[in-house]
Amino acid sequence: MWYLCVFFHRLLDYRRAEVESLAEMLGVYSSLEWRLPENQHPDSPFHLVNLPSEDVARNIANRSILVKGIYELWGEGSSFEQLEEAIKNYPEDRKLPYLTCETTFKVTVDSFGKAISFQEQNDRIKSLAFIPFKGRVNLKNPDFNFWLMETDDYGAHNGLPPVVQKRIFFGRLVGGADRKLLPTYQLKSRRYLGPTAMDAEMAFLMANQAQVMPGKLVYDPFVGTGSILVAAAHFGAMTMGADIDIRAVRDGRGPDCNVWSNFKQYGLPLPVALLRADNNLPPWRPGLKEVIVFDSGYFFLNTMIPFHPLGAWLVRALTVDEMCEGYGSGSFECLAASLTMREGNTEENNSMSLVAPTQFHCIFDAILCDPPYGVRAGGRKSGGRKLLKGIVGPYTVPDDKRTDHIPSTAPYSLAECVHDLLDLAARMLVMGGRLVYFYPVLRENDVVENHFPEHPCFKLIASSEQILSSRYSRVLLTMVKTGSYTEKVAEAAIIKHQEFKENYVKWLGDCNLHSSVFSPAHPQLGEEPDSKSCKELKPKYRGKYV
Amino acid sequence: MRLFTHNMLSSNIKGVANGFPLRIEVDQVVEKQVDFNPDFLKNMFPKLEWKALVDAARTMGYTELPEEADSSMLESEEFLRKLHHALLELHLEEGALVCPETGRKFPVNKGIPNMLLHEDEV
Repeated sequence: MWYLCVFFHRLLDYRRAEVESLAEMLGVYSSLEWRLPENQHPDSPFHLVNLPSEDVARNIANRSILVKGIYELWGEGSSFEQLEEAIKNYPEDRKLPYLTCETTFKVTVDSFGKAISFQEQNDRIKSLAFIPFKGRVNLKNPDFNFWLMETDDYGAHNGLPPVVQKRIFFGRLVGGADRKLLPTYQLKSRRYLGPTAMDAEMAFLMANQAQVMPGKLVYDPFVGTGSILVAAAHFGAMTMGADIDIRAVRDGRGPDCNVWSNFKQYGLPLPVALLRADNNLPPWRPGLKEVIVFDSGYFFLNTMIPFHPLGAWLVRALTVDEMCEGYGSGSFECLAASLTMREGNTEENNSMSLVAPTQFHCIFDAILCDPPYGVRAGGRKSGGRKLLKGIVGPYTVPDDKRTDHIPSTAPYSLAECVHDLLDLAARMLVMGGRLVYFYPVLRENDVVENHFPEHPCFKLIASSEQILSSRYSRVLLTMVKTGSYTEKVAEAAIIKHQEFKENYVKWLGDCNLHSSVFSPAHPQLGEEPDSKSCKELKPKYRGKYV
Repeated sequence: MRLFTHNMLSSNIKGVANGFPLRIEVDQVVEKQVDFNPDFLKNMFPKLEWKALVDAARTMGYTELPEEADSSMLESEEFLRKLHHALLELHLEEGALVCPETGRKFPVNKGIPNMLLHEDEV
């Protein structure tokens, strides 16, 4: 059924991606269908989305951060006459259960890009008298919330490109984001902060992109003050974090101001582990047992089916129950075998290429991080040494100094960092696990060319840009592990990394993002516009700047 | 550091072939109550190196874990409680993790293992 999905007007790129992620997390296995209402620009907050049931719609909306509301749309139109007709034509059996006399209701008038006075709001509500409301009004805690929303027909002031005609929507609220989370978790009341602590809203969006759920294990290799893991822990995940800076993970700013205290502050379960480790040389044991753990039918349906060569066939052949049942026994092969027995149809099965998902070094369900890209914080890796004058060659720590030796670190370029991150994720994520991280891009004349890192084990499923300045943006990349990690894959990944490294210099300005972002502007010869005229030229339509 | 972490860590010094399991040197062990989550335990059980866990728990002074374990034991709550205690409630607050091959000590301070390598170990 089609629902009206209204977003908060911010982080435009993140909106649909969030809903899609949550839908998959809640068991919608096919990709979502979207369309725009008449006369609406893609940047508009009004979207229509096809969802299988009201329960799914409610759960998505309530868990989301950017969904203002998902509504059962009773009618829409370009004028109130059209709206009235549309509502009257909406099937009675869909309307009447919400209009009975035992129920309570509330009507909210809302607008986008304009303000409506209280008097006008009342008039609009009264003009809805043609709807046979039988229930009582309850403004505080109504059973049913009805919303009348409109956009204006001019484009100059609503932050959108001109809309040809105004549009009015009337619908019943199914669910909406709990934005109260944001003031609760806002950084300004967080006890332990670092220079690059992740904003609470963005951290929750990352957790949603990673489909964080109770019982999942989430890892952040650049944990810092733990701001991303706090959001993951809020959604019930077990968390683990590592950082190369021991002051950040161990000491913080004292016994009551450290990563642990950030979790205690909100009454969240503490991280399972915090450690000091280098992302370049992660200390995880090789071959974390190669087993497939199926805890519910969900994982299988959700992650294997869309990507596995047998997936589509299994969907056709099995019911959900059968899949969940076969699931316990362990693998696609088991499923295929049991199905073969059931159908006695060996020919078809033999022609399938059975890819054995056996090489699983899986422990993390998701890896969430904001790697250091050298603008506000630079990456470090172990192995550096400021050589003393005149000494060449590798540094050896004298034996008597080993115990309390503080190893030096070397700069860690973004390309290398991302390569290590992808390699770690390929090795440590469960099949279908998600890697969600930020990647910086330079902006030139508002055009962003997208060359994102690739890995043979991963499929990029969402990239959402957040503009940070006129010079650069960061893009939240969501990647799903679709292939198992083997020696062969590792080799292929290194080749991809080499290609990436060569091109990366071109894309990210000589590997030095910092100077590209902070270098002074080069004034054009003789035609430097003064700042005033610049301001006037600035269009009202701000696109992704909102 | 919990034994769950210990079970995942190995020494990654250059040239070390068998860096797992790290030997534990205990200076101080603390016990912290953690909410019992059987689903998490069942999920993690197959990924554990059982012997390493049993040995580590012994070093920390907890001897209740059976020598051998298989997934059928996950049905028993008693077993899960023991596993829960060993895996998540025992913390090595102060001490060290020792590389089984080279004897290099990775210090554990305030419960945080320091796995960073020296310049000549990379």
